[in-house]
Amino acid sequence: MSATALAEAPHETRYETIRIADPSPRETKISAQDVHVYYGAKEALHHVSIDIPAKSVTAFIGPSGCGKSTFLRCFNRMNDTIDGCRVVGRLDMDGEDLNDHRQDVVLLRARVGMVFQKPNPFPKSIYDNIAYGPRIHGVARSKSDLDAIVEHSLTRAGLWQEVKDRLQEPGTGLSGGQQQRLCIARAIAVSPEVILMDEPCSALDPIATARVEELIRELRENYTIIIVTHSMSQAQRVSDRTAYFHLGYLVEEGPTESIFNDPQEKRTKDYITGVFG
Amino acid sequence: MNTFIVVAIILIALGFAYNWGARASRSVANRTGAKMHSRPIYYGVYVMLWCAVPAALVLVLYLVFQPMIVDAVIGGYLPADVAADPGATRTAMRNIEAIASGYGIIGDVEPYQQDAADALSAFTLTARLALIALAAAAAIGGLVFAQRQIHPSFRARNRVELAIKVLLLTCSAIAILTTVGIVLSVLSEAIRFFTFVHPFDFFFGTTWNPRFSSTGTGGQGEYGLLPLLWGTMMITIIAMVVAVPIGLMAAIYLSEYAGPKFRFVAKPLLEVLAGIPTIVYGFFALVTVGPFLSRLGDVVGLDINATSALTAGIVMGIMIIPFVSSLSDDIISQVPQAMRNGSFGLGATQSETIRKVILPAALPGIVGAFLLAVSRAVGETMIVVLAAGNSPVLTANPFEAVSTVTVTIVNQLTGDTDFASPQSLVAFALGLTLFVITLCLNVVAIYIVKKYREQYE
Repeated sequence: MSATALAEAPHETRYETIRIADPSPRETKISAQDVHVYYGAKEALHHVSIDIPAKSVTAFIGPSGCGKSTFLRCFNRMNDTIDGCRVVGRLDMDGEDLNDHRQDVVLLRARVGMVFQKPNPFPKSIYDNIAYGPRIHGVARSKSDLDAIVEHSLTRAGLWQEVKDRLQEPGTGLSGGQQQRLCIARAIAVSPEVILMDEPCSALDPIATARVEELIRELRENYTIIIVTHSMSQAQRVSDRTAYFHLGYLVEEGPTESIFNDPQEKRTKDYITGVFG
Repeated sequence: MNTFIVVAIILIALGFAYNWGARASRSVANRTGAKMHSRPIYYGVYVMLWCAVPAALVLVLYLVFQPMIVDAVIGGYLPADVAADPGATRTAMRNIEAIASGYGIIGDVEPYQQDAADALSAFTLTARLALIALAAAAAIGGLVFAQRQIHPSFRARNRVELAIKVLLLTCSAIAILTTVGIVLSVLSEAIRFFTFVHPFDFFFGTTWNPRFSSTGTGGQGEYGLLPLLWGTMMITIIAMVVAVPIGLMAAIYLSEYAGPKFRFVAKPLLEVLAGIPTIVYGFFALVTVGPFLSRLGDVVGLDINATSALTAGIVMGIMIIPFVSSLSDDIISQVPQAMRNGSFGLGATQSETIRKVILPAALPGIVGAFLLAVSRAVGETMIVVLAAGNSPVLTANPFEAVSTVTVTIVNQLTGDTDFASPQSLVAFALGLTLFVITLCLNVVAIYIVKKYREQYE
């Protein structure tokens, strides 16, 4: 089916997502069930259902405007901050619905951290950038606790050796790649269970990108990671599972290897081979 | 010849010049068969400029030298006793000019005045005719000169561009030179004042008592700046205490919390406050706020003057609220959305985000806005004239009447003034002081705001 035919399709039509199971199934961390997102009257995301496995990297790929970033923001309710945006459906994390209106979004966002497209360190010192989350959530009981959290987070993000002697210097003075790792460290500092990454390397040069990708692979040991990316090769390098979105539909999802080597859908195949997108 | 006819003639002449230039360029093109460098309109405009500028120069020169020539013409008719006294000469001159212009004067016309006036009107008539002839000659000369230059390789377009550049430069030069002129004249008068009163006594004196000579006490009086400066400072501080929290919080609400609809209505409404003339605030202070504060003082057992530093400060604060809020709003809106997302993404609430991320990021800009507001408060006049009570004494009590630098300038320059006495000249010294204070505040504020703007670009 062509892209235009899909765009013109009436809403009632349901396109079933092609799902390929993992050869060695993992425990599910988050289970999205029939999620719809609306911007005003426009439906931007149609009945997306997907299971995100724990302690692994899931990549969302697809052409611009396909709804992958919108879907990512459902996991920490960042869509709440956008005027006129409405999310319908269930997002179960460990059996509780993230999308429930009674959910405390402030606590949720400590459990589901986020790293943004452009590095966005606060105009504060490196130390205060990391300490920001623990301070607002009252995690640290003493100054030495906080120091330990800062050191631990920076070490995890592979930045400790580079910045340990200048923790009081502004975070905005670091290079782009260091800034992005600072943002990752900042997210780690509140000990999240899930880390969302929205095109984390799109503003970085190839060397900084390689460092961040290496970091993502290390973080997989302890965190559930969901990454949105425009780079096919990045998705192949860092992710365990890949989900392909197209015009607001989840077209195909499965182990990264099988998606890239043996796509079942023509649209997936066209996109990953560069015919369109 | 009335003005309308003059303007009409000038416009017709310019239109003619334009037309002539444009036509000449076409005929040159036809005759030589070459491609002209510029389009005909540029040749037209070029000829028109050459027609207008020399004539305008003649007019300007006439206006500059006319008073001197008039003085020379009349001077011969003045009797010796009048010519010897500068004051009488000035009066006589004014009278003669009034008679000559046909308006007449109050009182008797002396024979020498009538003679002089007749001579002056005769001279004026001749001068006018000569002027017209000269201007016309200049215009025609320019026209012919410009028209001769029209040639296929002549770059009229570039010349017109140059003329436009010169025009724009002249306009900005006028603005700048006016400022410089004002500063210099204030400066020179202030220096004259300092020949009467030692600068040390002025800047560090604690008594303000400029004894007007009309009261008969004689002497120069005392010109201590400090009571006035202190009054200005006290009122400014009170105004800031009122304006900064309210303005800043209004800005935070408008830029961070308010929905687009509310913002759309509230922002212009808030800015209406800035459009109210300050004299209206002044009588609002005098009629409403002052008596209210005074009664409030009675209730709580405080002695509050109806006209006091407090009254003036509060009302001035209200006046400055929209200024503070609209500047702060701009600055807060400039903090990138990425900062907010970063903070929300870590689980911060909206007020935590504002307190810990947005305000610190916007702080330099807000400080700049604050300084600009201070410099406005320092220079504000009407509210304090009406509401501060005009009592130039050093007091730390905000419930008492005070006086400010601006109010004192008004007092020293209203009524009968002789611009050679220190009583009036002190106004220039005060004005200069005020100018330097606000200039410094503005320079620092603009520097800070600019530095902040660069941060996110």
